[in-house]
Amino acid sequence: MLKIEPRKEPSRVMLYATPFLAVLFTIVAGFILFSLLDKNPATATYLIFISPLTSLYTITELLVKATPLILIAIGLAVGFRAGVWNIGAEGQFTMGALAGGAMALALYEVEGLWVLPLVCLAGALGGMAWAAIPAFLRTRLNTNEILVSLMLVYVATLLLGMLVHGPLRDPDGFNFPESRLFHDAATLPALVAGTRAHVGFLVAIIAVIVAWILLRSHMIGFQIKVVGQAPRAARFAGFSSPRIVWFCFMISGALAGLAGIFEATGPVGQLVPALPVGYGFTAIIVAFLGRLHPLGILAGGLLLALTYIGGEAAQISMSLPSATVQVFQGMLLFFLLATDILVNYRVSWIASGRRPAKTALQQPAE
Amino acid sequence: MTISKSLKAAGIAVFAAMLGAAGAVAQDKTKVGFVYVGPIGDHGWTYQHHKGLEAVEAEFGDKVETTYVENVSEGPDAERVIQQLAQQGNDIIFTTSFGFMNPTIKVAKRFPDVKFEHATGFKKADNVSIYNTRFYQGRYIVGQIAGKMTKTNTIGYIASFPIPEVVMGINATYLGAKSVNPDIKIKVIWVSTWFDPGKEADAAKALVDQGSDILMQHTDSPAAIQLAEQEGIYAIGQASDMKTFGPNAQLTSLIDDWAPYYVERVKAVIDGTWETSDIWGGLANGMLKMAPYSDKLPEDVIALAKEMEEKIKSGEFHPFTGPLNKQDGTQFLADGEVISDEVLLGMNFYVEGIEGSLPK
Repeated sequence: MLKIEPRKEPSRVMLYATPFLAVLFTIVAGFILFSLLDKNPATATYLIFISPLTSLYTITELLVKATPLILIAIGLAVGFRAGVWNIGAEGQFTMGALAGGAMALALYEVEGLWVLPLVCLAGALGGMAWAAIPAFLRTRLNTNEILVSLMLVYVATLLLGMLVHGPLRDPDGFNFPESRLFHDAATLPALVAGTRAHVGFLVAIIAVIVAWILLRSHMIGFQIKVVGQAPRAARFAGFSSPRIVWFCFMISGALAGLAGIFEATGPVGQLVPALPVGYGFTAIIVAFLGRLHPLGILAGGLLLALTYIGGEAAQISMSLPSATVQVFQGMLLFFLLATDILVNYRVSWIASGRRPAKTALQQPAE
Repeated sequence: MTISKSLKAAGIAVFAAMLGAAGAVAQDKTKVGFVYVGPIGDHGWTYQHHKGLEAVEAEFGDKVETTYVENVSEGPDAERVIQQLAQQGNDIIFTTSFGFMNPTIKVAKRFPDVKFEHATGFKKADNVSIYNTRFYQGRYIVGQIAGKMTKTNTIGYIASFPIPEVVMGINATYLGAKSVNPDIKIKVIWVSTWFDPGKEADAAKALVDQGSDILMQHTDSPAAIQLAEQEGIYAIGQASDMKTFGPNAQLTSLIDDWAPYYVERVKAVIDGTWETSDIWGGLANGMLKMAPYSDKLPEDVIALAKEMEEKIKSGEFHPFTGPLNKQDGTQFLADGEVISDEVLLGMNFYVEGIEGSLPK
């Protein structure tokens, strides 16, 4: 008989072990899934988790994919710690790409080292402006930021579509809905020549380090924690809740906006209607997989990127359906949430019929 | 190396070899790659391209090895997928959606020995051909059918993106319908996607609520046909024969038949005679076909449709023949003038008589 009893304190071991457990369970479930699909599970698992690490090209692509995930997830994690639920990073990503992209197009053919930083700044501001809407509504009118930020994703996508179909459209492009390709001065330099890995990854690493220091040692990090875990105590301590809400939204908006403009000026090289591909939503999985800890997010972002690239490899080599990747990512989050029970509860196996010895609190049987 | 060595023990050597040394193993076979924008089970656009892949396999058997990647978004992922296919030693790669154009051109630059074929775009290179079909020919015919069959004088049209390809389809449909029914109206809903059955069904529902009694679409799923079947109204299929989804609703369908083209192009690669080309097929060369006309259609409508099919095939009639005005009343084709392909490929305006405006 399975017995579940609450722990007196959350288990720190489990807190860090469960993400690994979740990955393990996902792999096991994947094995079963692939067997049912009549595909060799060992090969599929190899292709998804290992093959992307075996060539320089796929490793650089891994960085391309992980960069926006990490950047966005870092920003989201700051908010999630404070109980600020920005679900609309996808929209802030889009607006970042749009604002920065518009700047790049306005400066078309303008040379100078200042062009790219200006474009990136515009991207960050675009994301912040979009994040300011739910922040304002929450602090002023006490609206639910989950709904507002989520709904604004669709507005942003449509706005991008509208502008790319209209004013930002390539004048020599037969009316096709995409902008010009950005000129060299507005294109993100590559990290490894000849690949698409770009300096945005370095910025993501810097974001990880800064966030780590901020959350660990800075006063605002402490305030975020208190507001998130004990809002009443925070009020008594005189921490301004609206200030924290604004801070969280501005950080996550800026990082999502940066991720967006990096994507546009890096791997894509232009504005296209299909620019947002769901990084803003996948980053939510990354943030939780990384336990809202910057280093964990770095690892989580790379892992999720791995499932994307590996999933493609499995599709190409084994004709696995493309839904496999989504199923995999879904299972990862599912198992993570499922194993979370181990953090706050102790699960033990007891032989039936025999009463357990020292049990202070017993959960009602299922 | 150490990773793959240790894994060989686990019985994965075959794949490591395939990934690592694709070139060495596969030289005797011609490798053919396909990149799809939707799932192969969309029963529309991608489904038809996949039938082309199957035709290539059936034709060449062991001489070819085919690979496809489905559901590739038209964003940053496309380039990687195309690059991977090129890296794995594919000799010819078909990229089958407009949004793959720039990624195809970028990858083609890096792999001068690999042949690329991009559907529906306009950028060519030494190793990049383009191909497309004149859907507007079929749309003129279904416009005529709709014009005859509608009772509410309203056609409902689900459109994807306002690119010339789609705009010329709406114009052709309207012109066809107008030629047989002067009171015809066409309602257009833009869904900003090629494949999203849910969105397509919502749009179809809205069009029915607005009084449309014939639905047609420039999106890839059979959602509109299914809704038409439920509502007891008529619809026109798209890309493939969708009769199974609406046996009573479907009047006919525009079928894209890529198979002969794919077989021809793969054969050219095998024979070493492949050259950059720019094909814009249609009814005449069979790249576009009309599905069997429904028995719900009266004899005279079927006769009209078949006659028009022949006229377009023979070149006797072009759907865009002047005098024609743009929506704003300015003339773009003088009396008797036939539109040039160049104007057609850049079409970004509605013809006179269509209400509403293009998304800008």
